[in-house]
Amino acid sequence: MNKLYIFLKYFFIVVWTVFVVAPFLWALTTSFKDFQSVNGGVTYIPWVDFEPNLEGWKVLIKSPARGGVDIIEPYFNSLFVTCTASLISIILGTLSAYALSRYTFKAGFVKNNDITFFFISQRIMPPIVLSIPFFLFLSSINLLDSLTGLIVVYIVLLMPIAVWIMVDFFNKVPREIDETALIDGCNPYQAFLKVVLPNSIPGLIVAGMFCIIFGWIDFFFAFILTFTEVQLLPVKIVALNSSVTPWWSLSASALVSVAPLIIVAFIVERYLSKGNLSGAIK
Amino acid sequence: MDLVANNLSYKPDDQYHLNEVSFNFKEGNLYTILGRTLSGKTTLLKTIAGLLTPDSGEIEFDGKNFLKIPVWERNVAMVYQQFINYPHLNVFENIAFPLKQRKIDQSVINEKVTDALKSVGLLGYEKRKIQELSGGQQQRVSLARSLVKNAKILLLDEPLVNLDYKLREQLREEFKNLFSKGLADETILIYSTTDPRETMELNGEVIVLDEGKVLQVGPAKEIFENPNSLKVAEISNDPPMNIIEAKISDNQIRFEGINLEAPQHLSKLTEDGLKIGLRSSDIELNENGHEFEVELAEISGSETLLHLKRGDTKIIVSIEEVLNFKIHDKVKINFKIDRAYAFHAGGKLASSPFGGLNG
Repeated sequence: MNKLYIFLKYFFIVVWTVFVVAPFLWALTTSFKDFQSVNGGVTYIPWVDFEPNLEGWKVLIKSPARGGVDIIEPYFNSLFVTCTASLISIILGTLSAYALSRYTFKAGFVKNNDITFFFISQRIMPPIVLSIPFFLFLSSINLLDSLTGLIVVYIVLLMPIAVWIMVDFFNKVPREIDETALIDGCNPYQAFLKVVLPNSIPGLIVAGMFCIIFGWIDFFFAFILTFTEVQLLPVKIVALNSSVTPWWSLSASALVSVAPLIIVAFIVERYLSKGNLSGAIK
Repeated sequence: MDLVANNLSYKPDDQYHLNEVSFNFKEGNLYTILGRTLSGKTTLLKTIAGLLTPDSGEIEFDGKNFLKIPVWERNVAMVYQQFINYPHLNVFENIAFPLKQRKIDQSVINEKVTDALKSVGLLGYEKRKIQELSGGQQQRVSLARSLVKNAKILLLDEPLVNLDYKLREQLREEFKNLFSKGLADETILIYSTTDPRETMELNGEVIVLDEGKVLQVGPAKEIFENPNSLKVAEISNDPPMNIIEAKISDNQIRFEGINLEAPQHLSKLTEDGLKIGLRSSDIELNENGHEFEVELAEISGSETLLHLKRGDTKIIVSIEEVLNFKIHDKVKINFKIDRAYAFHAGGKLASSPFGGLNG
């Protein structure tokens, strides 16, 4: 029974790993292939089945005039928009979450939980519902097709995630810790910065990770709210798909686009395995 | 420097947490707030600390309106019943936190923290993380943090309640030593507890609190000897005082077919609805006594608590040894009736063996 359990466990782990890793391997090998290796029958192993070359990767950084696709600018646009929007969302979201967790608000029938739900409801709503209001709003303040406009929209999209995660996290930090800080001579701001925040780093990291992921993978709003001046990576890559870009360049671009998320995942994983996410608060 | 409160009331929902509470606490004294769970003890301490604002009433400290001073400027210290420390700091940093907050010199901080660690017996634990300490040690850290500030008002909110029996005994002993060492020279010490035994051991001025109302104020001995009402008698005894509905006539106390000769301090009470109060320790097993039926027998520590019944009268007897009884066993008991209290039908004390009222 026990052996069967272990066998099944590892069996499923292996199957799942293959399922997850295979597409990456496929994309990785394809990105180093040339026309002959892709279209001339099945090839798997570099240097044995085919001779790897960097043509697919070079195309990514060449300007369109020289036959490239130039994803550098969209790449940095995406990084900039995602990081800025995530950072602002985390700061605003954490402050709102702390207020929602510690203070009682009441406006008619609207109470703390309703406000929290209002934030979350922004994510429950189908994005298409928001697209036209956003479009009109950005055009009225002249921010269509600009990085600033995208950041504003992304904050609206990401902040609910931060609020949601952090409210839950702060609710688990005993109020008595804040109270002790007050008694020990902190004013409410110092209590938040010196005591509550340092004990909330695990929550901040999780919230930050989700913001970055959701910001980075968004295609819909980047597609609707930008035209020619500004392009984000997901839009650029989809555009490559519909043009005559060869498979090897598409593979390379796909790999570059998931790279930041893989890095984020590794950082968070290290943090998780150090055990810092649990046990900070007893 | 006195801490004076006038008619503090706090009613956040449909129940009073504090109901017209007034007191006058003098520096250098220990005050014990005795009350059952949810009697308003924590609310009262939080109000003194400034974490809660009462709906009405005033608090003055050193002649100043305390309610206008925010928590962080009040110079109070508080130990919670949960072991509250800063999880991101180690033991040393935890204790140094209130001093750092006052921007005190690092060398002075080192000295004071070491002193505090010494007084709670945690020297050598400076670098430990809070999560690596046992419950008792965590509570000592939070005690040290409250001692290090030299606060004018030290609030201890059931500091021992979440500890196991052994540790509780040990820490209680240490508390007594700390309090008597002159720590309390300029400090107002306010200690809340549900445990009558703790109250008697600490031997300070006792405030009996119930449903947010102060029932009685006085030295521990006085509360124990002359509880002014049935409620106080219940709260200040563990197990609660036995209450027996009895009639007194012709110098005889009569209940459930038992006749006892009334002691002098009870003999003149002949009113209806009189209630006789007798501590569980003032009833003993005796071959020639009155027969009762065992409803339940529990052994706690070296004590046996017998829940007995005769007719409609139920009593609890505590015996200072471990004895085995079965349910429905018959036992014979004797009442040390000269130690009995009498309460009026309304619950007020009518007479006590220690000379309260009619005695």
